[in-house]
Amino acid sequence: MSSTPPRTATHAVPPTGGNSAAPHDPDPDREAGPVLVEVAQATAVLGGRTIWAGVDAAVAAGEFVAILGPNGVGKSTLLKAILGLTPLAAGTVRLLGRPPGQANHQVGYLPQRRSFDASLRVRGVDVVRLGLDGDRWGLPIPGRRSRAATARVRELVELVGAAGYAHRPIGQLSGGEQQRLLIAQALARAPRLLLLDEPLDSLDLPNQAAVAALISRIARAEEVAVVIVAHDVNPILTYLDRVIYLGPGGAVSGTPAQVITSATLTTLYGTPIEVLSTSDGRLVVVGQPEAPALHTDRHGTRP
Amino acid sequence: MTGVFSWNLIADIRDMWSVAFMVNAFRAGTIVAVLAALVGWFMVLRRQSFAGHTLAVVGFPGAAAAVWAGLGVAYGYFGFCLAAALVIAALPQRGNRGYTEQSAVIGTVQAFALAAGMLFIALYGGFLGGTSALLFGSFLGITQSQVLILALAAVATLVVLALIGRPLLFASIDTDVARAHGLPTRALGTAFLLLLGATAAEVSQITGALLVFALLVLPPATAQLLTARPAASLTLSVALALVTVWVALFVAYYSPYPIGFWLTTIAFGLYVLAYAAVAGRARLGTRATHPIAAGA
Ligand SMILES: Nc1ncnc2c1ncn2[C@@H]1O[C@H](COP(=O)(O)OP(=O)(O)O)[C@@H](O)[C@H]1O
Ligand SMILES: [Mg+2]
Repeated sequence: MSSTPPRTATHAVPPTGGNSAAPHDPDPDREAGPVLVEVAQATAVLGGRTIWAGVDAAVAAGEFVAILGPNGVGKSTLLKAILGLTPLAAGTVRLLGRPPGQANHQVGYLPQRRSFDASLRVRGVDVVRLGLDGDRWGLPIPGRRSRAATARVRELVELVGAAGYAHRPIGQLSGGEQQRLLIAQALARAPRLLLLDEPLDSLDLPNQAAVAALISRIARAEEVAVVIVAHDVNPILTYLDRVIYLGPGGAVSGTPAQVITSATLTTLYGTPIEVLSTSDGRLVVVGQPEAPALHTDRHGTRP
Repeated sequence: MTGVFSWNLIADIRDMWSVAFMVNAFRAGTIVAVLAALVGWFMVLRRQSFAGHTLAVVGFPGAAAAVWAGLGVAYGYFGFCLAAALVIAALPQRGNRGYTEQSAVIGTVQAFALAAGMLFIALYGGFLGGTSALLFGSFLGITQSQVLILALAAVATLVVLALIGRPLLFASIDTDVARAHGLPTRALGTAFLLLLGATAAEVSQITGALLVFALLVLPPATAQLLTARPAASLTLSVALALVTVWVALFVAYYSPYPIGFWLTTIAFGLYVLAYAAVAGRARLGTRATHPIAAGA
């Protein structure tokens, strides 16, 4: 990892940031609900390489949490481990109090960088509908259940403001439109938790702001906890309760002001990192190492 | 050319259906059309046309081997196609969907299958008339028992497809989320390849091993061009396949050219018409994405 030259990534926090935060120190002012996600001393090994080790993280009901870190550090892997899609080499994960993979029906998942093939001739509403009952075996039988499903899909489409284009083939929609429909899909089964992997990636700045606002509004209205993976924290900063900053040797969590500081990040990555404040209240992280996996990650072709 | 065309269509059809093997040909064609239209729809969606074509080509050595061994041709088709489906399913999968990285392997299998087919034919000797039927299709001499085998295999295939259809659609267009929802996406892929193998075996018996695309790709692709609603698209695909098979059988009965040629020409003609219609609509300003055959 250290062979790659340091890069600069931008992360912003309110300029009031404290300078040293103890890891795993939740915001004391916030009323913590029941714990939805609990990761303890977890280690992930992929293709013989340890991606991260000794990671502790927790998410409580109602929280809006960001998982941050440079590309290739294993943020997506952490979400997959929480869902039981990637087994851990060590440590434990509990999702909604159950072992991974057993409570996924109460979780909405939006994987990283999914854009549909332009020639895919399936409508947006069909993709949303799959999130509701796509895992049911047998033919959909017309009847009360089917009508209820149709009504639920219409409600979801309206919730994300996609009514204008949900009936068009999904491959022909813009990235932002697809992302809104995928959020609707993730919400289909009224989950208690949303796991969103870089939902703002590949969107232009106005769309990033709009989709971030949408996620926050829905999280509050539907009382869903949100874990959002981000490479750039700026668009979601104002909505965040807490951030989990991931490094190869563990994770640090706390309020953005506690975590995104020179001292904390320098300790996390073991290399000098500086957090600078800009005049408009944004902070820039300088010297953050990029993991070598940057380019493979860009195409999202891994299973 | 088998019949004498008279320009009185009703009389022609009656004349054609008075021949026992033509009745069997229509029965077999109808079964195969429905099956190909539905399984092919998923194949087009999953972009596995190349795998589908390979499975069909593998049917050729299967049938030739069966002839050589003195067995029924159907056994050769089904045996080889299903075995090849398992081989393709066992290839390491990379990426979310599709077989792009495996196309070289699949292409090799295809070439080897053709070579093996020619070998079996050489071993059997004196089989040259049959070779063209195996490759380019034939509707002559379809027996009652062949129709029965086709029907049983088609029913079995469609029952399985109906059971796994919705999860398969999910896994096909949204693999990661389907997996998070607990669906066995890998097993679904294998199951679908077996269905595709069975379908390719059935379709090759009518269209020949080289022209399966006439029924397996063109009607579903045409339907998907015309509508983006899954249910309407599947229905339309079946309707197009039936029209293709029925018209092709009728024309082939009264013309000197082989059935495979007519099947392919009609299916391709329908595709071109649909393409022109969609493009024309787009030019007229109405949205091409709007389903044309919404109620179909
Ligand atoms: N299936 C896999 N096999 C081997 N290595 C993998 C696999 N999936 C991901 N990786 C590697 O694990 C690392 C972390 O990947 P990822 O979780 O996608 O990072 P992030 O989401 O933080 O960018 C990368 O170096 C990536 O190349
Ligand atoms: Mg990632």
